[in-house]
Amino acid sequence: MNKILFFAHLRDAADREELQIKAVGKTVAELKTELMKNYDLPQLETVMTAINEEFVPDDEIIHDGDVIAFIPSVSGG
Amino acid sequence: MRYEISKEPINIQSVIDKVVEREAGAITTFIGTVRELTDGKKTLYLIYEAYETMAVKKLAQIGKEIEERWPKAKVAITHRIGRLDITDVAVVIAVSTPHRADAYEANRYAIERIKEIVPIWKKEHWEDGEAWVGNQLETVAYPSGKPEEGDLHE
Repeated sequence: MNKILFFAHLRDAADREELQIKAVGKTVAELKTELMKNYDLPQLETVMTAINEEFVPDDEIIHDGDVIAFIPSVSGG
Repeated sequence: MRYEISKEPINIQSVIDKVVEREAGAITTFIGTVRELTDGKKTLYLIYEAYETMAVKKLAQIGKEIEERWPKAKVAITHRIGRLDITDVAVVIAVSTPHRADAYEANRYAIERIKEIVPIWKKEHWEDGEAWVGNQLETVAYPSGKPEEGDLHE
């Protein structure tokens, strides 16, 4: 299983902070497509993604237990 | 811990104290505060949110980048989250180096990198509404899946 984390406006849109789904073997891009189809989310294609707290490209393959976080444009500072 | 996310007001002196070094000839301190007016629009308060564990890692990464680029630099960064009112301190960056020019440059580098790679978001609250700050249409594509130097906001 995989934990998916949403932040900022993505969390507001998803109306939840996290989600447990099985994403093993999928690429990040495939996961984004699936989530956009099944949940009321804004387009995720260009949203940054972190797996286990490190930024990853869209072709990264998801492993069992990976925590996947979608990182909207940051605005700290 | 030289890199922190804090739910409490930041003690500026304690951040500075973390970079005190006998070899240092300069310490620069950047204090980011909550501004009332942005493009003429009046902010009432801000809410900062972070992916805390990753944010601490990314702050530490920035410190490491600085220590590689400016030898003998020492860095400490604390970013506050939660509700912040106008004039409150949102971020404190302290950098010590043997010579002052490096301390200024490295400190500037730190705040610009925070705005690129640290997962912290702010929501502005106005009299007539609220919104997360940033490019919410996500129209900026990051081919490598992460921001590059140069993808600066603000």
